Amino acid sequence: MTAAASILLFDRVICRFGDITAVGGVTCDIAPGSFVALVGASGSGKSTLLKTVNTLVAPTEGRVLFGGEDVSALNPARLRRRVGYVFQGVGLFPHFPVGENIAIGPRLAGEKLPPERIAELLALVELDPAMARRMPDELSGGQRQRVGVARALAGEPELLIMDEPFGALDSVTRAALGAKVRELHGALGLTTVMVTHDMAEALLLADRVLVMDGGRIVADETPRALLAGEGGEVAQGLVAVPREQAERLAAMEGRLA
Amino acid sequence: MNDIWDILPGLGDKLAAHVVLSASAIGLAVLIALPMAVWASRSPVVARITLGLASLVQTIPALALLALFFPLLLSLRAVFGEGLPTLGFLPALMALTLYALLPILRNAVTAQANLDPGVLEAADGVGMTRWQKLALVEAPLSAPFIMAGIRTASVWTIGAATLATTIGQPSLGDPIFAGLQTQNWALVLAGCVASAGLALAADNLLWVIEVGLAKRSRLQTFGGMAVVMLGILAALWAQGAGSDDRRIIIASKQFSEQYILAQLIGARLEAAGYAVEYRDGLGSAVVHSAVASSAIDISVDYTGTVWTNYLKRADNPGREAMYDTIREWEWQTNGVKVLGRLGFENAYAFAMRENRAAELGVASLTDLVAVAPRLTVGGDPEFFERPEWIAVRDAYGLRFAGTRNFAPTFMYNALQSGEADVISAYTSDGRIAADRLLVLADPKGALPSYDAMLMLSPRIAQDQGVIAALTPLIGAISVEAMREANLAVDREDAAKMTPKAAAAQLAVKAGL
Repeated sequence: MTAAASILLFDRVICRFGDITAVGGVTCDIAPGSFVALVGASGSGKSTLLKTVNTLVAPTEGRVLFGGEDVSALNPARLRRRVGYVFQGVGLFPHFPVGENIAIGPRLAGEKLPPERIAELLALVELDPAMARRMPDELSGGQRQRVGVARALAGEPELLIMDEPFGALDSVTRAALGAKVRELHGALGLTTVMVTHDMAEALLLADRVLVMDGGRIVADETPRALLAGEGGEVAQGLVAVPREQAERLAAMEGRLA
Repeated sequence: MNDIWDILPGLGDKLAAHVVLSASAIGLAVLIALPMAVWASRSPVVARITLGLASLVQTIPALALLALFFPLLLSLRAVFGEGLPTLGFLPALMALTLYALLPILRNAVTAQANLDPGVLEAADGVGMTRWQKLALVEAPLSAPFIMAGIRTASVWTIGAATLATTIGQPSLGDPIFAGLQTQNWALVLAGCVASAGLALAADNLLWVIEVGLAKRSRLQTFGGMAVVMLGILAALWAQGAGSDDRRIIIASKQFSEQYILAQLIGARLEAAGYAVEYRDGLGSAVVHSAVASSAIDISVDYTGTVWTNYLKRADNPGREAMYDTIREWEWQTNGVKVLGRLGFENAYAFAMRENRAAELGVASLTDLVAVAPRLTVGGDPEFFERPEWIAVRDAYGLRFAGTRNFAPTFMYNALQSGEADVISAYTSDGRIAADRLLVLADPKGALPSYDAMLMLSPRIAQDQGVIAALTPLIGAISVEAMREANLAVDREDAAKMTPKAAAAQLAVKAGL
C-alpha cells in the first residue's frame, strides 16, 4: 500500500492536550470513494482525529496525508476549501442569507457562485431554491443542517468530513438526511468520513466502520462483519445496543401479527 | 432665566470646539480600542491587563486626569522640544481619549467572547484566513455591541469635555465655569443645555447606527454614519472659519475678579488693534506654568501666591522687597515679564462688622488681642492650615474662644448672624463694602502682601504695542474700585452685571 493510492492516510497520529492523550497513535488509510464511519463513545478521540484532516487540530506526532500531501504543509485556508466540513453546531453565519452562506467557500477563493448553482445545491439537499434569500434564523434545525451540507458541497470537495452531523436533529429528520447524504456521496463520487456515536447510523450508512476507544482504533470492519460478531469486545458492545432494540421491535411486531 | 435663549445662539463656536474635541477623542479611542480588543480576544492575559488599565483610568476623576496631562506634557518637552503644546487641545484630547477607552474596549472584548463558537468553527472550517474571519464574521457580529460601547463613550466624553475649559481648551464648559464663578445661572444653564443636547443627539444618532448594524440595514447604518460625519465636518468648518493667526490669549482663574480683569485687559488690547482670546476658569495651578510656557500670554497673579507656591518661600521680607524679588525671579527663571502692580491687593485680612468693632473698640489686630478670648473666628476651609494664619497668630499672640470653618460665601453670612465675630476675608472682596465691614489694620505686617501683578509671557514680553496698551493699568486700580466691580458681578439683585460690563465701569472709574 502506497500513500498515493489512498485519498487520506493517517500515519501514526498522536494528539496530546497537556497531560491528556486524545489520540494515541492511529494509522489508517482510506480509499477514494469509500464511506467511513468513525464510531466510539464520548472522549474516545474520534472528533479530534477527524479534525486533524482539515488541520483544525494539529497532531502532536505523526502526519496526515491528503491526496499524498502532508496537510501540515498545505495552506490551511486552501486545504479547507477542498475538504467539505459538516458538524453538529452547523455554524451558519447568522448575518448572511442562506445563499451567501452556501457560496462562502467559493467566495473566499475569489469565485462568485451563480444563483443557478446555489439553487442546484439547495435542490440537492431537497430545499426550495427560493430559500436562498432567507436568513438562517428563519429556518428549522433540519433545514439549517441541510444548508450546512449544501455549503460543504459548494466548493466541489474531493472529501467530505462530518462530525456528529445529525446529532441535534429529531430521529425522522435524522434518518432522512442520513439517507440523502449517502445518496449524494454516491452521486457526486465523494469520499466521506463521518464521526458518530450512534452505531446504528454507522451500520446503515457506511461501508467501513472504524471503532475508536481510548484514542486508538480497536476495530476496522465492514458493517456486515460487525453484525456477524467480528471486531472484538468494544465494537460488539456498541453493536449490541441497536441489535437488541431491533430484536425487541421485531418481537413486538411478531406478537401483534 | 429666559435670557438663556439669548445666550444659546452665541455658543456656536464653543459648540463647534466641543464637537471637534469630543469626536476626535472618541475616534482616537476607537482606533486604539479595537485593535486592542482583537489582541485581547486572542490572549486572556492581554485582556486582563488592558481592561484592568482602562478601569484604573476610570477611577481617576476626569478633572484630575485633565490636569495631570499638563505636567506630563511639560516634562515631555525635554523629548519633543518646546513646540509641544501643554495646554488646550492636545492634553484635553489625550485625557478624554483615555476616558473613552473603557466602554469601547469592554464591549468589544465581551462581544468577541460571546460569539457563537459554532460560527467561529464554521469560519475556520470553510477555510477563512484569520483576517477574513475577522472581517467577515467577528467584526460584523460584534459591531452592534461595539457600537453600544461607542455610544456610552460618546455620552461620557461629551459630558467630560466641558471640563476641558480648566486646561484652556474652549468647550461648552466655558459658559458653565464662567457662570458658576459669577453666579450667572442663565449662563450655566445655557452651557448645560447645549452639552446635554449634544450628548442626547449623539446618543440617538449612534443608536440609529447600532440598530442599523443589528438589523443589518445598510441604509440605516450608512445613513446614520453620514449624518454623524456631516455634523463633525460642519463643526470643523465652523472652527476653521473662525481661527486665524495666533491671538493674544488672556487667562483668568476661577473667581469674579479674574474674569473682570481679563475683560479689562482684553478691551484695552482690542482698542489697540490686537485680536484677543480668553481662557476663562483655568485651574489656579496651571495658570502660572501656562504663562511661563507662553501657552497663555497674559495673566494677573498675586505676589503672595507666587512667593509661597513658586519661590517656595515662607518668610515675609515686606511688601516692596517681596515684589522686587518676584519680578527679578520671574524674569531670570521663566522669562516672564512682570509689567507692574495694578494697585490693589487681594490679601487675606481679618474683618469685623463696623458696629461690632466700634462696640469693642477694635481697629487693628493689636486691639483684637485683649478681646479675642471672648470671640469666635471664622475662616475658609483651608485658612487655619495656611502660613498666613500661623504668622498672624504667633506675631500678635492671638487666642480665640473658638475657630470655625465656612465656605467663603457663608463666611460673610456667619458674620452677619453672629456665628462668627471675626472672619478671614479677602481684601478686594466686594462684600467688605456691601456688608459694612471693617478690615483690621496689621501694624506688625504679619500678613504677607497679595499685590495683583500683570504678567506677560516670554512670547510677548518685548511686544512694545502690548506694553504701551497695558502700562496705563499699572497702579490705576484702587482696592475700593476693585471691590465695587467684584460686588457688581457677585451680587444677586437687579444691579448684577456681566464681567464685561463691570470691566467697562472699572475702566471709567480708574480714569482710563
